Amino acid sequence: MEEGKLIDSTYAIFGRYLMVKMPAELDHHNATSLRIKTDEFIMDNKVDHVVFDFEDTAFMDSSGIGVLMGRYKKLSLFGGTVSAIHVKPRIRKIMEMSGVNSFVEIISETGRK
Amino acid sequence: MKKENYELKDVFWVDDAACSNAMELIMDARSENEALARMAVSAFIMECNPTIEELEDVKTAISEAVTNSIVHGYPEGRKGKVFLRAYIKDNTLYTEVEDKGVGIPDISKAMQPLFTTRPQDERSGMGFAFMEAFTDRMSVESRPGEGTKVCMEKIFGKEITDV
Ligand SMILES: Nc1ncnc2c1ncn2[C@@H]1O[C@H](COP(=O)(O)OP(=O)(O)O)[C@@H](O)[C@H]1O
Ligand SMILES: [Mg+2]
Repeated sequence: MEEGKLIDSTYAIFGRYLMVKMPAELDHHNATSLRIKTDEFIMDNKVDHVVFDFEDTAFMDSSGIGVLMGRYKKLSLFGGTVSAIHVKPRIRKIMEMSGVNSFVEIISETGRK
Repeated sequence: MKKENYELKDVFWVDDAACSNAMELIMDARSENEALARMAVSAFIMECNPTIEELEDVKTAISEAVTNSIVHGYPEGRKGKVFLRAYIKDNTLYTEVEDKGVGIPDISKAMQPLFTTRPQDERSGMGFAFMEAFTDRMSVESRPGEGTKVCMEKIFGKEITDV
């Protein structure tokens, strides 16, 4: 944590990790700007791993799946990873129904820190 | 605002006179209105005392349908209206989401999970799959060049006997 570079309330960089705080409602409207900005951070900071933090997120539809898959497709080309933390049951269900969880690790609350 | 579309009989399986409540929301095809559509329907179904799960199901299904009209019905920022109509009858929600956009050439292909015509926009192709999964009945009518109408039905209070 000490070495973390907090860019703003949404983005923080820890070495080669980018942490992204997801919005309260992750729909097509919010996804559009989020993916553009996330990709900028990935490019500018030589990030390999992106962790999406769903702590504040109460709603997500298939547009959110697109954001996760899109980042996975880009990062996995160079051996990077995408993961999701603080995922509520409803959103986990959406992720599992789409199969995105086979590409994006859902880190469980009680699991690793 | 023209009322030509405000016809209960438009919902092909609803007996119009029997509805306890009805609403119509006509929105510009702008992504800001996706949240508006979810909020409007959430408030509208409160009289049915939905469970949190049922409320989330409806919000997701409506979000998918309205987003499709905005993203696919009126592509590349084309101007147009999205019509959201909702009716309540016997603790059941009937909704229609309609656009006067480009239409769908092959509906059964479009409804296949993971099928999308806009991979460049990072669409996941899961919209119709979620609409089907989260409602009790869904149907799509569309004509290329004329538009698309998605009808969905959600029955509240059946989840105890359901599983
Ligand atoms: N209202 C609409 N107007 C035109 N085409 C549509 C509409 N809704 C859906 N489609 C077509 O159906 C496809 C599948 O839709 P969906 O399952 O929601 O996936 P996605 O939105 O991620 O592409 C879309 O890619 C599009 O080609
Ligand atoms: Mg869709």
